[in-house]
Amino acid sequence: MKIGTGEIIFAVIAVLFVASFFYGMAANPGSEFGGVDGAAEGVITDVTGGYEPWIENLAFEPPGGETESLLFALQAAIGALVIGYFFGYYKGKGRSD
Amino acid sequence: MHIFEGFLPSPWWQLWFVFSIPVIMFGMYRLNKLVSERRDLLPLLAVAGAFIFVLSSLKLPSVTGSSSHPTGTGMAAIMFGPAVTAVLSVIVLLYQALFLAHGGLTTLGANVASMGIIGPVVAYLIYKAGMKANINFYVVVFLAATFADWITYVVTSTQLALAFPSQAGGFWGSFQAFAAIFATTQVPLAIMEGALTALIFKYIIQVKSDALVELKVISQETVNKIRGISS
Repeated sequence: MKIGTGEIIFAVIAVLFVASFFYGMAANPGSEFGGVDGAAEGVITDVTGGYEPWIENLAFEPPGGETESLLFALQAAIGALVIGYFFGYYKGKGRSD
Repeated sequence: MHIFEGFLPSPWWQLWFVFSIPVIMFGMYRLNKLVSERRDLLPLLAVAGAFIFVLSSLKLPSVTGSSSHPTGTGMAAIMFGPAVTAVLSVIVLLYQALFLAHGGLTTLGANVASMGIIGPVVAYLIYKAGMKANINFYVVVFLAATFADWITYVVTSTQLALAFPSQAGGFWGSFQAFAAIFATTQVPLAIMEGALTALIFKYIIQVKSDALVELKVISQETVNKIRGISS
């Protein structure tokens, strides 16, 4: 696939995104870039003066960060596999037609 | 990020189910029709679903010093409409709620409403309006996908502010606090998602433009125009 205007614009935006991340690292020294959901929990506590979830998680809970990152990676891999498969299929089909 | 299990008290979690379930039902009806009548379009549906799968698994750092993830719903909304996108989002949200303790079952209605319905509806409207106004196809896709992502988090902020109004500032006070976290963190991520979605659409047009024409996403004239002038 040859590089066109679309790829260049995408690359520029991607570089700007990475640059903004480095700026964010410099602007928030010591930040571990935790999830926004954790921060939102903090706001809920502030606003309500302490909120207890009325129900605990009922489903499977990853025992730790390792298993959690495995399952997130699995999610991404399944998706990427499907996308790659069909793009390859259509591209190959287009050639043989 | 999705609202955690138990983090929406009554009556809010029930109300969001009341809001979402009819749309999901309609989406399943549309999906069934699509699957039975247009089997050749199934791969495109799989790609749209897979795109949501990939993007919502990526926790990206933002300039604000927090991390959040994109939604990937703009692409499906443009191709198949908001109702089908709602069904695809349910699949992803269930995966994350059941296996990752991310989101929750009682908050599923609220999370589908933000990520699967309201964000995609906004994307769909932007897309239709932009194409009608004859704006460049990729610019319209970029805007639609960016706003689908960003609006999702504005809605999440609204949902939390409705459930947890602050004692001093009420709904608005809370909304500002939640939006300061969700909506600002999401800005660079949403722009990145918009750009990626536009790029993927370029490839879809290269390999399978006839499917987009068949779905009435884009007219044959627009495809010809894009092929004639762009890379």
